[in-house]
Amino acid sequence: MTAIVVEDLRKSYGDVHAVKGVTFSVEDGECVAMLGPNGAGKTTTLEILEGYLQRDAGTVKVLGSDPWKGDRRWHEQVGIVLQGTAIDPYLTVSESLARTADFYPNPRQVGEVLELVGLSEKADAKVKQLSGGQKRRLDVAFGIIGRPHLLFLDEPTTGFDPSARRGAWELVDNLRSLGTTIMLTTHYMDEAQALADRIVIVGAGQVVAEGTPDDLGGRDTAALHVRFRLPETVDPAALPVVVTRDKHGAYELKTTDDLRVLHELTGWALRHGVVLEGLVASRPSLEDTYLSLVGGATAETAATPEPSGATR
Amino acid sequence: MNDAVLVGHQIRYEQKSYWRNPASAFFTFAFPLVFFFILTSLAGGQTDKQDLGAGVKLSQYYTPSILGYAIMSACLLAVAMTLVRQREDGILKRYRGTPAPAWSLVGGLIGSALIVAALLSTVVLVFAELVYGVSIPASHLPPLIVTILLSALVFCALGIAISSVIPNMDSGPAIINLPFFILVFISGTYFPVTGNLAKIASYFPLRPFITAMYHSFDPYATGSLWAWHDLRSLAIWGVIGVVVAVRRFRWLPSTP
Repeated sequence: MTAIVVEDLRKSYGDVHAVKGVTFSVEDGECVAMLGPNGAGKTTTLEILEGYLQRDAGTVKVLGSDPWKGDRRWHEQVGIVLQGTAIDPYLTVSESLARTADFYPNPRQVGEVLELVGLSEKADAKVKQLSGGQKRRLDVAFGIIGRPHLLFLDEPTTGFDPSARRGAWELVDNLRSLGTTIMLTTHYMDEAQALADRIVIVGAGQVVAEGTPDDLGGRDTAALHVRFRLPETVDPAALPVVVTRDKHGAYELKTTDDLRVLHELTGWALRHGVVLEGLVASRPSLEDTYLSLVGGATAETAATPEPSGATR
Repeated sequence: MNDAVLVGHQIRYEQKSYWRNPASAFFTFAFPLVFFFILTSLAGGQTDKQDLGAGVKLSQYYTPSILGYAIMSACLLAVAMTLVRQREDGILKRYRGTPAPAWSLVGGLIGSALIVAALLSTVVLVFAELVYGVSIPASHLPPLIVTILLSALVFCALGIAISSVIPNMDSGPAIINLPFFILVFISGTYFPVTGNLAKIASYFPLRPFITAMYHSFDPYATGSLWAWHDLRSLAIWGVIGVVVAVRRFRWLPSTP
């Protein structure tokens, strides 16, 4: 079964076209990350999938239903972790979770969820006593207490310190191994790379690229970038390959004939006893690919920021 | 989970949250009593001849007025401001994303407000009896209780309705205080009103409550203690509140 189907989705706020024909799908059990600059339409798209916003045009099916018409049964299968929403400050952590668990037919145990998000020692603390990161973990706890089949995570680790982010990633991996389908948005390349089976990049309200973290934007077949230094005594013209010199004095070349070029270069160096200092061979990082994909789109959306108030 | 149990749990959690903010709870309870004391002291031992029979102590007059004020603040004000705050903070949005039906949220809020209104009414009545010797014959209790319960429900419904026209927390007190204090003054809560002002006030919900209470309260009353006409006016306002609330209720904060 396909958990999420989105075809030619469109949504405008007055003159601002936040989503302009987005198409993608999420298979059952998959983890898909949506990446994009601020104002690209990520949150708008997510909130349409969550049933908060009505689309202007296009087809949306989430767990087989139109989310805008999502009934009680539909909501029982969907977990939502929003951005920037408060929690009753005077209840304790376990009370507020138990209150939410009441809404679901087959909820997880409060203790089990606190364990999963790492808040066990805060079970009896009032919500108002939690730090920002702890509140965010409680947000995630609300999202999973109902044992959802599908979980939406809107920028789950924004504002986390590095170790808290690793913890959150482990949690997402745990949920996946329990069979939860996950759709998340994020600003962080490493997060998408660590968590997602597939990445959908949006810019200016449209899907700019889609693929696995390894092949996104054709980066697995992109030219190999080789860079190294030569001792001053060595004449670059003697090399078996054509190189250019960059502004730091290192030599570099780009090739799609990876094996032959590396073989000739390193073979030559071994035969002549030349040290290729700082030798690096790399393909574009996910970040390079992302920036080249959304570069044009970002400039365009800068003038039409997403009306965030309307979507939260 | 059984739906009735669900609402019961919601009320319990609302109550827990309410009493853990003791400052707010204290002022909700202290305010009407302080007003009661000040107004009665200002008036001295005067009697009021318009609304109650001659020789009735003014404290007897002020008891229903203060009750009206107390129930309005515990129901209309509290429900409206709670909803506006929860909407602005995204608590309503979070709620909307769960399978919980809307009525479980509304039921929890109203149930909790009714508990506070009942406690507050009891406190005001006990204060009136102990401090001012205001007597309430046992036979007067059924109409009193029904009037208080009905008006509490009506003011809860109106609170939900008003919350839908308040755009955000900053404008909340400004918007809600105007109708609140106009009603409080023209309805004779603080000073007895007569003539046109009383007539205008009778078309709004607070005055019918107060006159119904006078009627059921009057220790020298003869005939029926039930003020059907006033109860009907209150009920009409309740229906208006429910219709507006159902049509206009918003879960998400408004666009800036």
